[in-house]
Amino acid sequence: MEFIKFRNVEKTYKNGVNAVYNMNLDIKKGEFVFVIGASGSGKSTLIKMLYREERPTSGEIYVGGINVAKVKNNKVYKLRRKIGIVFQDFKLLPKLTVYENVAFALEIYGLPTNEIKRKVLKALDLVGLKSRTKSYPEQLSGGEQQRVAIARAIVNSPKLLICDEPTGNLDPDTSLEVMKVIEKINDLGTTIVMATHDREMVDKMKKRVILLDNGKLLKDYEKGSYSHYENA
Amino acid sequence: MKMLRIISRNIRDGFKSVGRNFSLSIASISCITITLLIVGIAVIVSYNVENMTKLIKEDFTIVTFVNADATKEQIQELKTNVETFKNVDSVDHETKTQISNEIKETSSELSSIIDSWSEETNPLYDTLLVKVKDTEKISDTAAAIKNLDLVEDVRYGQGMVENLLSVFKVLEKAMIIAMVALVFVTLFLITNTIKITIFSRKREIEIMRLVGASNISIKQPFVIEGFCLGFLGALIPIAATLYGYSALYKHFNGQLFSPFIKLVPAEPFIYVVSLILLGLGVVVGMFGSYRAVRKYLKI
Repeated sequence: MEFIKFRNVEKTYKNGVNAVYNMNLDIKKGEFVFVIGASGSGKSTLIKMLYREERPTSGEIYVGGINVAKVKNNKVYKLRRKIGIVFQDFKLLPKLTVYENVAFALEIYGLPTNEIKRKVLKALDLVGLKSRTKSYPEQLSGGEQQRVAIARAIVNSPKLLICDEPTGNLDPDTSLEVMKVIEKINDLGTTIVMATHDREMVDKMKKRVILLDNGKLLKDYEKGSYSHYENA
Repeated sequence: MKMLRIISRNIRDGFKSVGRNFSLSIASISCITITLLIVGIAVIVSYNVENMTKLIKEDFTIVTFVNADATKEQIQELKTNVETFKNVDSVDHETKTQISNEIKETSSELSSIIDSWSEETNPLYDTLLVKVKDTEKISDTAAAIKNLDLVEDVRYGQGMVENLLSVFKVLEKAMIIAMVALVFVTLFLITNTIKITIFSRKREIEIMRLVGASNISIKQPFVIEGFCLGFLGALIPIAATLYGYSALYKHFNGQLFSPFIKLVPAEPFIYVVSLILLGLGVVVGMFGSYRAVRKYLKI
């Protein structure tokens, strides 16, 4: 069953830049998909359209049955509650502790405090940071901060986890550590769409790979068939 | 239950934010304090000016001199006649004996002369003291009274009254314009300061949106924060009003320069002004926050 569907999606920015051309794409539930391509290839635009930070100029995008392109600005939160998002720059609130940063995503739903506590600790346990609940982001390493961000993204058990260059700011060892956490989340049934520059990582992971070039879908590699050494 | 939890958390977060963003909060609070101080002074000054003009206007009287030949009944008739005039508020009859007695009290030199007058030889006129409702039309009313039989003459400070009235008119207009301008400036200043405070937290708003907070639940803590800022910013101006004006009133004994210019009594005036300042601070604070956040909710 297709969880994400792109149908004839085009995106032209207001300044006339064409970011995405006639894109058609299907992603199944529980899949792990890398989106790769050079800077300016349309990766970020594709990712941003998934959580409706950008709207396609034409075409349709379905995420779990919702036509994302049609979601109104004041209803975006309903879509965002169904997906988790992880960014390159973590986007943690510096003045909140690790626990508060993760709990933040649940408090806005109005869950009871004890339920929030249970879910937050479970998510932090999953990313291996249960012992750092009282720390502030600046006291953590980059990899740890990214794991906090992942915990926040998954605390609400979303069906889809979107990652926009999650390892872009991390060294190779830390990247691996973060990737393992994301793979674990994928194993639990969450669909993962990840934009990345890190080709070695993509090689190692042996997942489906979507290669973009100049806003077009250049190639869609089946699981395990991509190696950038062969394509170089 | 769910809504209650969300709202109570938002209230908590709103209060927390004031402390967490302490330096920016202080900036907003001091801006609100200063603008509200100016507004407070303006309110006090304009209200006092208005009060003064009102008191002076209330003193405007048409003094009607009645013909010396008129009998008591005729004077009474004239009085009731004048009372029916549209613009006439009240009419007091002062007999010439009353007037001569008043003069005696104020001047000892004249008292011996006045003592020699009898009811018949008293050269003064009986007068009707007419108060009008609308001082703008005082000259018309005076002219109408003058046309009546048995009226010798009318006096209402011709010339002076018109001048005063036109000065008051300009003064009132200037006050209104100044107040409106001031309120706008306050609004603008406070909203902008809060906007800067919130601008630095664009990221926070962005993240709230990304994790799925609805626009309303993002706005709430900021609006509550605005409330706190407005409230805290109003404290010093309110204290200044309560203690400052009372002290001023006591110091000047309730009048400025001359008994002619009376100050508005401190109570309950200071409480009203305090309430205005508090309301303005809180409302503008909340409104400013609301406006500022809304700008960042279009991601």
